[in-house]
Amino acid sequence: MEDGIQTLVFYILSGLIVGSGFMVVSLKNIFHSALFLVLCLFSVAGIYILLSAEFVAAVQVLVYVGAITVLLIFAIMLTAQLYSPSLRQSNEQVIPGIIIVGVLLVVTLLALSRTSWRISTQGIEGESTVSIGKALLTTYVLPFEVVSLVLIAALIGAVIIARKE
Amino acid sequence: MLPYSWLIPFFPLLSFVLIIFFTIKKPKLSSLVSIGAVSLSFIFSCIVLITVLNNPVTSEFKIDWLNLPGFKVEAGMLIDPLTSVMLVIVSMVSLLVQIYSVGYMAGDPRFSRYFSFLSLFTFSMLGLVLANNFFEIFIFWELVGLTSYLLIGFWFEKKSASDAGKKAFITTRTGDLAFLVGIFLLTTTVGTLNFQEAFHQVEAGAISPALLTLSAILIFGGAVGKSAQFPLHVWLPDAMEGPTPVSALIHAATMVAAGVYLVARLMTIYALSVPASLVVAMIGAFTAFLAASIALVQNDIKRVLAYSTISQLGYMIMVLGCAGYTAGTFHLMTHASFKALLFLGAGSVIHAMHTNDIWEMGGLYPKMKITAITFIIGSLSLAGIFPLSGFWSKDEILLVALHKSPIFMVVGVGVAFMTAFYMFRLCFVTFFGKPRDQHKFEHAHESPKVMTIPLIILAFLSIVAGWVGIPWLHKGYSSFVYFHEVHHLEPNFILMGFATLVALAGIWLAYLMYYKRSISTERLKQRFSFIYRVLYNKYYLDELYNAIIIRPLYKLTDFLFKKFDLGVIDWLVNAVGDFTVFLSWLKERFDTLIVDGAVNGLGYVIRGSGAGIRKVQTGQLQNYAFIIFFGIVLIIILKIF
Amino acid sequence: MLSLNHYLALSALLFCIGIFGVLTRRNAIGILMSIELLFNAVNINFVAFAKFINPQAIVGQIFVIFVITIAAAEAAVGLAIIILIYRQHKGVEVDRVNIMKW
Repeated sequence: MEDGIQTLVFYILSGLIVGSGFMVVSLKNIFHSALFLVLCLFSVAGIYILLSAEFVAAVQVLVYVGAITVLLIFAIMLTAQLYSPSLRQSNEQVIPGIIIVGVLLVVTLLALSRTSWRISTQGIEGESTVSIGKALLTTYVLPFEVVSLVLIAALIGAVIIARKE
Repeated sequence: MLPYSWLIPFFPLLSFVLIIFFTIKKPKLSSLVSIGAVSLSFIFSCIVLITVLNNPVTSEFKIDWLNLPGFKVEAGMLIDPLTSVMLVIVSMVSLLVQIYSVGYMAGDPRFSRYFSFLSLFTFSMLGLVLANNFFEIFIFWELVGLTSYLLIGFWFEKKSASDAGKKAFITTRTGDLAFLVGIFLLTTTVGTLNFQEAFHQVEAGAISPALLTLSAILIFGGAVGKSAQFPLHVWLPDAMEGPTPVSALIHAATMVAAGVYLVARLMTIYALSVPASLVVAMIGAFTAFLAASIALVQNDIKRVLAYSTISQLGYMIMVLGCAGYTAGTFHLMTHASFKALLFLGAGSVIHAMHTNDIWEMGGLYPKMKITAITFIIGSLSLAGIFPLSGFWSKDEILLVALHKSPIFMVVGVGVAFMTAFYMFRLCFVTFFGKPRDQHKFEHAHESPKVMTIPLIILAFLSIVAGWVGIPWLHKGYSSFVYFHEVHHLEPNFILMGFATLVALAGIWLAYLMYYKRSISTERLKQRFSFIYRVLYNKYYLDELYNAIIIRPLYKLTDFLFKKFDLGVIDWLVNAVGDFTVFLSWLKERFDTLIVDGAVNGLGYVIRGSGAGIRKVQTGQLQNYAFIIFFGIVLIIILKIF
Repeated sequence: MLSLNHYLALSALLFCIGIFGVLTRRNAIGILMSIELLFNAVNINFVAFAKFINPQAIVGQIFVIFVITIAAAEAAVGLAIIILIYRQHKGVEVDRVNIMKW
């Protein structure tokens, strides 16, 4: 019963992801694309929850949806142009793109199916949040600090780059 | 001495070479060289004659020149009494003519060349006389023909002169063709070229009578050409276009005598073939009569002498055909002296009057005594008046002719009458009477010594040369020059007297017609106008030859020229030219299109491909992304599979 | 029964969609959004592996935290650049950013 529901939810979420993802890449109106991106990201968060990664799901919603998409929408607003029908959103590489992407998809799926993964039989112990916190501050404390530096640098850099003279 | 006889023709040859290569620009020196050489030849010839007189045997000297199996050619000399006499005649007349020419040809722009040709001719004639085999005699025969062509056409700027030279050469060449065929027939049958050996073979019966007759007649063809017998006599009158000394040398004394000499030399053959001898005699007799009749009405002084020469040669040929070896060669000797004298005398007259036409002359006796007297002496000798040399030789001829057949004698007497007549017609009209062209007469004068001295010498010879043949001599000409055995024909006084009467009658008739004018020439001309016209136009023989032979030949050559030369050969040459042009056009196209095309094309290709490949760098971000991604996919595929 | 392959297939699909978007979109911001999709696909992969292969180590999830952080930083800088481009060209089509001769 549980498996059945899980499977159903997975397929619903997958459908949402793929569908909205497709909309993101193909809509002419970029604002609509951004909105669909939001939907997509939310669905991905849902997938995380299915995968017993509650903390990651929360971070996803907070950072990705809350900050990045807002940033994107701001940028869209700031770079708004006159919308005319002649303005194409997709360039001339569509057909070759489809082909090559199709090839990659096929290849990846083939590779996937042929590989025998060493599936572990254990489940996740306790809550993931606790484990993550522990690991971040003991084993991976250096990357943690470095990444915060990177963030600071990037944000300051972005501000400086986009400053009006 | 005799083995060195080859020097006799060698001196004139040397003179020819020297003049051509060294002294051609120095006229005086050239004449000296030439005269010097001929003098040496003459001295040597006299020595040879004296040697042979003391020891009259036949000597032969030879060396092998070409020795192939089945074909042997030698170079040699055959010296017998006939040869020695001929050597002296030829060299002496050549010498006198050359001395005379110094005066006659003075001032001519090609003086040196003239003497070189004279030397070459003398060389050829002397070599001919010395030859001991058919090959050698034929070579010299042709050389004589060549040099006579050069001398006759000496003043080649005049069309008539160059035509005359060509006519002489071609006509004698026709005779030479028969000569050559005859030689082939004879020598291949008897298997040798040498005279002596051939004669032995023929006497031994190595050749069938029919073949012998045929070859004898063919060989005689050469004599017909060179000695201007009918029907090949047409070149000699025209040959008078050459300088008069040339006429004297060639046509009086030497070249035309070559034919007579040939028949005499080959007497063995003719003696053994009765039909051939008959042909020879008949042609000789016919020619003698024909030519004398034409000479009766000619107005050019040299033409009269030319026809006279033909006629006298006919005499010689006729008597040789009657087996008169001694008589024929005797007459050859005497004729040489008086005919040369007559020609040189005529030259002297022409030199003074600047005309050949006797009807523009007249009354020259007081002005040119030496010329006139020597000319008359020559005419008397030619007419055969006692006791000049001509009398003795003509008498011999008539005697032998009678011996063979009365017909020949009658012809001979008839010719003698005509000879006397036309010669004295010439004398009376030229030297006596009133001058017909006053203007020319004023300028006339005696010729310089260098011309008159040879005349005097020849006049002397015309008187005495015949005395060696006086029949009562025991050791005269007939004991020296004879065939097989000495013939001593009893002199026939009746014949002698008859002949003299006939000659005197001829002279008297001329006297009446041209000196006293008691018989009118005009009336005779009118009464016998047909005969006159035929005689005057030389029996229209030249016109006949022209129509039958010359014209068709011209048509043929013209046709061949147009059809073949122009049509085929020119077409071929032009086609080759066109083809070459075409080839070069092809090459040019090839060069331009292919070679240039390749070179330019390479440039274009590189530029084009560069321009094309350059487009890969689009500057578009997504293009680059695509290509990177494409590469990644490729690597993945390669790695997995 | 949900297996690892399901999640991996999903992630592959999302990745391909993202690549398609990167290659195809003319708008620069569109490209950035496609890149976000790529990140998300990768994240799903990490988390799936974390659950199925080695749940004890939980490294996958930690790495996803970092990826999200870096994605944020990168989005910020990228957008700042896009703003500059907009100021220069008055438009954000990537095929307009081209100073090649043709």
